[in-house]
Amino acid sequence: MTTTRDILVVDDEDVITSAVERVCGAEGLSVDAAANATDGLARMLRTTYRLVVCDVMMTEVDGFAFLAELARRQDRTPVIMSTGMSTMENAVRAVNSGAIDFVPKPFTADELIAAVRRGLRYARLQADATAMAGAHGTRPDSLVWVPCPAQYYRLGYASWLATERTGSVKVGVTDLFMKTLDTLQSIHLAEPGDEVVQGASCATLTGADGLEHGLMCPVTGHILEANDALVKAPTAVERDPYFEGWMYRVLPSELQYDLKHLTACSSDRM
Amino acid sequence: MKPFRTLGSKLTVAVGAIALVTIAAFAAFNSRSDNRNLLAEVERHANQLSEAVKSSTEYDMLLNERERIHESIKRMGNQESIQRIRILNKAGQIIYSSDTAEIGTSVDKKAEACTLCHSADKPLERLEITDRTRVYRVHPDSARTLGIINPIYNSRTCSSAACHAHPASQKVLGVLDVTLPLAEVDKAIRQGEVEVVLLALGAFVTLILIIGLLVRRWVALPVRRLVEATRHVAGGDLNYVIPDERGDELGMLARSFNNMTQRLSEARLQLVQSDKLASLGRLAAGVAHEINNPLTGVLTYSSFLQKRTKDQPEVQEDLKVIVRETIRCREIVKSLLDFARQSVPKKGQAAINDIIARAAAVVENQLALNHVKLVQELGTEVPPVTVDANQMQQVFINLFVNASDAIGPDAGGGTITVTTSQLKLSPIGITQIKQAQCPKRHSLVNAEVRIDGKPSIRVRARAEGHEGFIYRDPMYGLARHQFGIAPEPGMDVQVTCPECSSSLNVHGSPCPDCGAATFQFEVPGKGFVEGCTNRACTWQRWAELERLGDRDFVEIRVRDTGSGIARDELPRIFEPFYSTKGQKGTGLGLAVIWGIIDNHNGAITVESEVGEGTTFIIRIPVEP
Repeated sequence: MTTTRDILVVDDEDVITSAVERVCGAEGLSVDAAANATDGLARMLRTTYRLVVCDVMMTEVDGFAFLAELARRQDRTPVIMSTGMSTMENAVRAVNSGAIDFVPKPFTADELIAAVRRGLRYARLQADATAMAGAHGTRPDSLVWVPCPAQYYRLGYASWLATERTGSVKVGVTDLFMKTLDTLQSIHLAEPGDEVVQGASCATLTGADGLEHGLMCPVTGHILEANDALVKAPTAVERDPYFEGWMYRVLPSELQYDLKHLTACSSDRM
Repeated sequence: MKPFRTLGSKLTVAVGAIALVTIAAFAAFNSRSDNRNLLAEVERHANQLSEAVKSSTEYDMLLNERERIHESIKRMGNQESIQRIRILNKAGQIIYSSDTAEIGTSVDKKAEACTLCHSADKPLERLEITDRTRVYRVHPDSARTLGIINPIYNSRTCSSAACHAHPASQKVLGVLDVTLPLAEVDKAIRQGEVEVVLLALGAFVTLILIIGLLVRRWVALPVRRLVEATRHVAGGDLNYVIPDERGDELGMLARSFNNMTQRLSEARLQLVQSDKLASLGRLAAGVAHEINNPLTGVLTYSSFLQKRTKDQPEVQEDLKVIVRETIRCREIVKSLLDFARQSVPKKGQAAINDIIARAAAVVENQLALNHVKLVQELGTEVPPVTVDANQMQQVFINLFVNASDAIGPDAGGGTITVTTSQLKLSPIGITQIKQAQCPKRHSLVNAEVRIDGKPSIRVRARAEGHEGFIYRDPMYGLARHQFGIAPEPGMDVQVTCPECSSSLNVHGSPCPDCGAATFQFEVPGKGFVEGCTNRACTWQRWAELERLGDRDFVEIRVRDTGSGIARDELPRIFEPFYSTKGQKGTGLGLAVIWGIIDNHNGAITVESEVGEGTTFIIRIPVEP
């Protein structure tokens, strides 16, 4: 590997690759484009990328096969998945297949920039952890992990869920997700009674850079209660994301089904 | 239709024939009895006459006043109603007669009038009146004549008279023979006969007319209406309704016919719907993917431009519109995708009453604004069902909102009543075989050949050198199988798994209906389904399912007091993009509901009356 570039965008639609090149280029990022997954995988052998933005629905090799090939190569480059088939199933599947994020098409420039910025910060955290792991001789598996309490569940690295005895669940954001944001400025929460869907955005976190970040909800159901204290004092989320910084109490409509797509935080502790 | 082929004309002819025979027999009997009575009357009259002649001449005879007797007999005999009066002595010689020419001549004792007494060797002395009369024709062409003979007996005054005394031993002295013409009587009889025939004919014609009219009204017309209806239905118009609602058997037939077409129409609707939704789902997914890519170009570039031209307010405004409208497009495509997404319900055990209560809580405010009252009549014994609670909640929210819209803001309020109950229905014809496998656990479900939109069950069949696939109907109880090979009963048919060729035959167990070879496949966890290899045979058996008997269903009815749905609109309301709300609705709501219920193996039907309201009926099986 000779060179390092910021972003590789893999999409069989020219307009997407050129839009990503244009938007990210304007942000001062170096962008390469690949018209299919095979070309993208070949490029990743030659060049080190900090972040990959990859389409799901592509002819021959699709996005999930792309992720599987990266896993086989033990290539840990963070991948953001994106697709026109922007269903919640695809979002959840992408995150469970190893992608760090999912951006549904069509996206605005700001939505793309927000996701890319988060991805690049994630990459930096990963690089730091790798360096630390190299120094301490720990296994590369635990490069980035979410220190959520053992009885919690998480969706990707973004949101967590904790079951309550009453049948409701608490939902919040992970510290790792917070670390990938610029300093938190404000939080916009949904109202009690609103419906939330697993894989869809349920809260908007705005950073100091003015970028809005949607938080993928870990569960489907109706919001019973929103933590209004967070709206007044958003810093609680950064200070104590797993307890004081909870966002919603949700009455799940199909908890057992949703749990299948979540990762038990206990499995992170080996 | 040819005459006498129709049921009405057959009935009329049959009843007419029976009536004709009866009336004719009655008329004949009546006429004969009349004749007999008339003749008896004439006989009685003739007898009286002959007695009168006898007694009026008796005295002259005692005195032997022959001239006077001649005169009397002549006068009496010349009356119009009397043909002839004569007195014969024992030897058969005519002594007196109104016809003077024959006086002195003898009649043959063997002649018709005499044989009654003289046929035996010793003449009879007493005769009944009927034996003393005779009816005869002088010439074959002449009118009939009635003759009556009256024996003149010896008496003491006779035998003791001084004149010419008959000996006392002589019992019968002679015979008085009176003949009357029957021309008048015959005329009356003929006239009577004509009258009876005319009356019978009149009665017959009237009867035929009345019966024909009644048969036409009670049988022919309703039957014609039924035939007309079957033509409409055969022509594809399943909304045709037979208007007549009568109480008799044909009325019942008409009602059950209407019922049948309604069921058929619902079933067809569900089939069409199922197909349409499946293709719409594919279309939506394809469209979403195809449209979202170019939309991404538009949205990314326009929002990017918006970011970079913050110092140019006039451009900003325009770009804002572009971004806003593109985001609107994104939402539309998203709703299409949500619609297509119903394929995989996340099912779990749930109480339908709880789901309804939750849905009611969500729409409470909206209904209150419209002054619509939501009445929940939820059954207490309703068992939990295996459903996607979220999707079912969406179903009820949509139905409540629809009902509220149907009531409308101008009606000054209305009521939505939701009821839940449990009911049992036979599983035959409504249970879909969704999984099927061979002994080596290869799936036999074939999504390429669909029967009424549902994947068929494919097996390979080989008979006498020919080979082909049999596609079984996945709906158990409906035998709409497709045969790629047509084995005859009695042939040795090998049925195998198309993938691994392991045998599916059930040896030594011929079809109980036709005797052909049978085969079976396993429905994992639900026993075996057996089927017949004969194309013409519909036999099948799913012992496990039939052992379970009728299935439990939960029925939910959502009834509103809204404006109702017109009859011709009813079949279309579950179609995607069909909306009666104009700009207000997307036309996807009921299609989504239909898809959700179908995915739960349930059924949704609608009953509506314009001005009265609409009822949606949902049935969900308790066991998934």
